[in-house]
Formats: sequence, structure tokens, C-alpha cells
Amino acid sequence: MIAHAIFFYTFSLIAVVSAIMVTASKNTVHSVFFLILDFISISCLFIMIGAEFLGMIMLIVYVGAVAVLFLFVVMMLNVAQQKNQWFAGQQSSKHIPVGLIISTLIFVEVIIVIGGWKYKPEIFDINNSFAQTSISNTHSLGQILYTDYIHVFQISGMILLVAMVGAIVLTFRQRSGVKRQSYIKQISRERADGVEVLEVQSNKGVKIDD
Amino acid sequence: MEYVNIVFEQVYKILFLLVPVLVSVAMVVWLDRRVWAFVQKRQGPNVVGPFGILQSLADALKYIFKEMIIPSSSNKVIFILAPIVTMTLALISWAVIPFGATQVLADINVGILYLFAVSSLGVYGIIMGGWASNSKYPFLGAIRSAAQMVSYEVSIGVIIINVLLCVGSLNLNDIVIAQQNLWFVIPLFPMFVIFFISALAETNRPPFDLPEAEAELVAGYQTEYSGMMYAMFWLGEYANILLMCSMGAILFLGGWLSPIEIYPFTLIPGAIWLIFKILLLFFLFALVKAIVPRYRYDQLMRLGWKVFLPFSLVWVVLTASYLFYFNLLPVN
Repeated sequence: MIAHAIFFYTFSLIAVVSAIMVTASKNTVHSVFFLILDFISISCLFIMIGAEFLGMIMLIVYVGAVAVLFLFVVMMLNVAQQKNQWFAGQQSSKHIPVGLIISTLIFVEVIIVIGGWKYKPEIFDINNSFAQTSISNTHSLGQILYTDYIHVFQISGMILLVAMVGAIVLTFRQRSGVKRQSYIKQISRERADGVEVLEVQSNKGVKIDD
Repeated sequence: MEYVNIVFEQVYKILFLLVPVLVSVAMVVWLDRRVWAFVQKRQGPNVVGPFGILQSLADALKYIFKEMIIPSSSNKVIFILAPIVTMTLALISWAVIPFGATQVLADINVGILYLFAVSSLGVYGIIMGGWASNSKYPFLGAIRSAAQMVSYEVSIGVIIINVLLCVGSLNLNDIVIAQQNLWFVIPLFPMFVIFFISALAETNRPPFDLPEAEAELVAGYQTEYSGMMYAMFWLGEYANILLMCSMGAILFLGGWLSPIEIYPFTLIPGAIWLIFKILLLFFLFALVKAIVPRYRYDQLMRLGWKVFLPFSLVWVVLTASYLFYFNLLPVN
């Protein structure tokens, strides 16, 4: 149990500190790296409570794909430079009231959630009862998702698909005057189409037609 | 005292796994260069040791004694972290590879997801190295590599779903045992081919080595690296290649199972069979490097998204419907 506690507090400490560093660090790319560290330590916490499938999916989806896109955007746009320019002009003070309102709202919400939350000492027994069954975490998740909640699951999938199609439609531009390459044409090109062997007569040359 | 004993036992096990992996990485680099040379009617490295087998060790020694140059305009912490991340990620994934029914360091329930997750993290070493170098060529290489690895991961994920449909478990040992009667390479042969090609792209091997295309980008994300840091990138890369080979061997070629379950073959331990299969796949990797020209970048993206992804998705539907209608779904 002591080892469990040590690991739990290590991972949660790393998670909290890196979450603070995401907002605190000056360099935007550094904050994305801290975000990645945060994701990784949270997935470690998931694995520690026995939700191994969630932990791994967290690693694959958030760290492996989403954070890569974040990094992409941050590196390509050079946000750090823009941010410095933005702070240099005294415009930032305009946004402070909005930020204050939103953060107060979030604070009140957190207070409400924590106020309604009671520590349940029997939570460890529930954990143990799960561990004793022979069904693994992934199996039980699948058995619930694909039976009781199949419609909700399908609908959330459809929403994601619609969002993806929408994003593509919004950003897709049909530009005129772009020469597109036809792969079939390129691959099916034979030697006879491109090369011709000619007998070149001296002082007469060859007629090139194209 | 008990904790100390447990820790020592685990450290012993880990060393017993990692040292052979590192040595075999060195050997495999030699094998790669040798196969490449023979395809081109050259001799390849044949001076250091018998058949030049110690060439990689000599190279490693050279790298250790070379000066590590850290560019003055680079982001130093991330610059040094990048090769460490690459190498660590390449080595930690070996923890779940089963070398036999019981010979596995961590027999976790979600072994295949762990392998997939770690291989999807591999892109960070490259991005960090490319960005921290603060130079044009490494940055271009890193961007190419990130886009390439993310796109080919998608098709590898769908291929893994194909195999998992036939197994019904995410545990690597269960995947191997499910192939006792029939290796998955036979019913899922097209998936094996696509997995192999995606593995080439995932490990930045030719013909998909655009991140380090020497004709365009000097050496891609490795341009600014020297000495031991370069060697660590190089070790991590080859450890990743071996890992992809072992993933292919476990998913499709029956892992540690012997090809024929009859008397003289069953005497040979499973680890030998697994190593043999890994080497077979690696030989194919080396051959591909020697005989195929590099892809153009748009063709690479097209192959990943417009050919492999739809094809493997259709195969998921086919596999699932076949298993469903013939009542072969693995239900426990």
C-alpha cells in the first residue's frame, strides 16, 4: 500500500506541477511539452486505479495524435512572437474582466462539486471486488458500451464524424488553375510512350514534336 | 528488505532483457549494411572482426569519443532530451514482448495497446530534436516525420483491430496462443503486407525515409546532432525497427510458436523461434532499403490515407462479418 501511495503522489504531483507550468511557462512550445507530461502522468494515474484501457487510449489519442497537432500549430505559427507583440501594446487589460468572470464561474462550479462530494471509505472494497472478477477492464468496458449504451455510443460516433466532415467542408477550397497529378497516368506510363529510338542522319537532325 | 529483493529481482530481469536487445541492435545495424551492400554487389563492412561483425561496436566507440556539439542558438534542454526520449521509448516497449509462454517481463492485459501507444509516442523524439535544433533542415525533417508517423499509425491501428477481432484479447500472449492452429499471416495476408509497409513508414525506413532524406534535407532532424547524441538517435531508431519486426512476428507470424508442432521442432525454445522470425522480417526491411527508390511526399500521404486506410477498414468489416456469420467470434 505504501508503494502504491508513493507512486500515486509522485504522478499526481507531476500532473499538477506540469498543469501549472502549461500556463506559467513563457515559451509556448514548452507549455505544449508540459501539457504532454500532464497527459502522460494522468494516464499513469488511470492505469494505477485499474482503468488500463482508458490510460492507454489516453496515451494513444491525446499524446500520440492531439498533442502532436498542438505542437505542429504552435511551432508553425510562432505564437511566442505574436504573444510578445500583443503584450507590448497595452491591449491585454481589456480582457481581464472577461477572464475574471470566467474564472470565477469555474471556481464556483468547483466549489459546488467539492461541497457535494463525500469521501467514501468503501471505495477500496469496490475496487477489490472488481479486481477479483476474471473479466478484465477492457472486456467489461466493451460489454457495457456495446450492449446497454450502444445507441449513445453510435450517436457520439456520428457526432464526431459530422464534426470531422464539417471541418473539412469549412476549410476546403476549390482553387482554379491548379495542375493536378493523375497517379494512374503516371504509373501506367510505359517505356514506349516516353522513349523513341531514331536514326539521326548527319547534318539533318530530328524533328521534335510536342 | 522484501522491497529491496523485489527491486533487485526486477532490475536483474530488465538487464537480462535490455543488454541482449542493445547488443542485437548493434548486430542488426551490421546486418542491415551487409545486406544492403550485397544487393549492390559490394562487400560492405568486413574488416573489424570476423565478417566485420564488430563494425557497429567500433562505430559506437568512435561516437563515444567524439565531441558533442550543442548549437549555440538551440534550445539546449530539449536538444539534449530528444535523443534520450527516442532511446527510452524504443527500449521501454520491449517490456511486453513475450519470448515464451512465461518469458515476458510484464504480462499486462493491454499489451498490444501499450506497444501501439509507445510507438505513437516515438514521434516526440524526432519533433523535439528537429525543433530544438533551431535550424531549417531539422525542422523540415521533423514536420515531415510527424505528419508521416501520425498518418501511418492510423492504418497500423486498424490492422491491429483486424487481428484483435480474431483473438478476442489485447494480451500479447493470448494473441500468440490464438495462432496455434493457423498463423494470422494466412487468413489476413493483405493486412500483413500493409502492416509491413506501414511499419517501414512508421520507422522512417526507405522508401519512406523522407524525414532524413539526405538528398534534400542533409540528414533531416539529425543534422545538428553529433557524437553520442547522434548514436543514441541511431540506436533508438534501430531498436524501434526491431520492435516493429517483433510486433509483426507476434501479430502475424505466431510469435514464439514453432512453425510445425512436431517433435524435433518443439525442442527448440520459443525465444529462438521469435528471434528467427524477427530476423526474417528485418531481412525484408534491409532488402526493401536496397531495392526501392524513395517516395515523393504527396504519394506517401496518398498511400497512407487514400489506399491503406480505406482498404484496411474494408478488411475490418470483412473479417468481422466472416467471423460473425460462421460463428467464429472469440467469446469467453
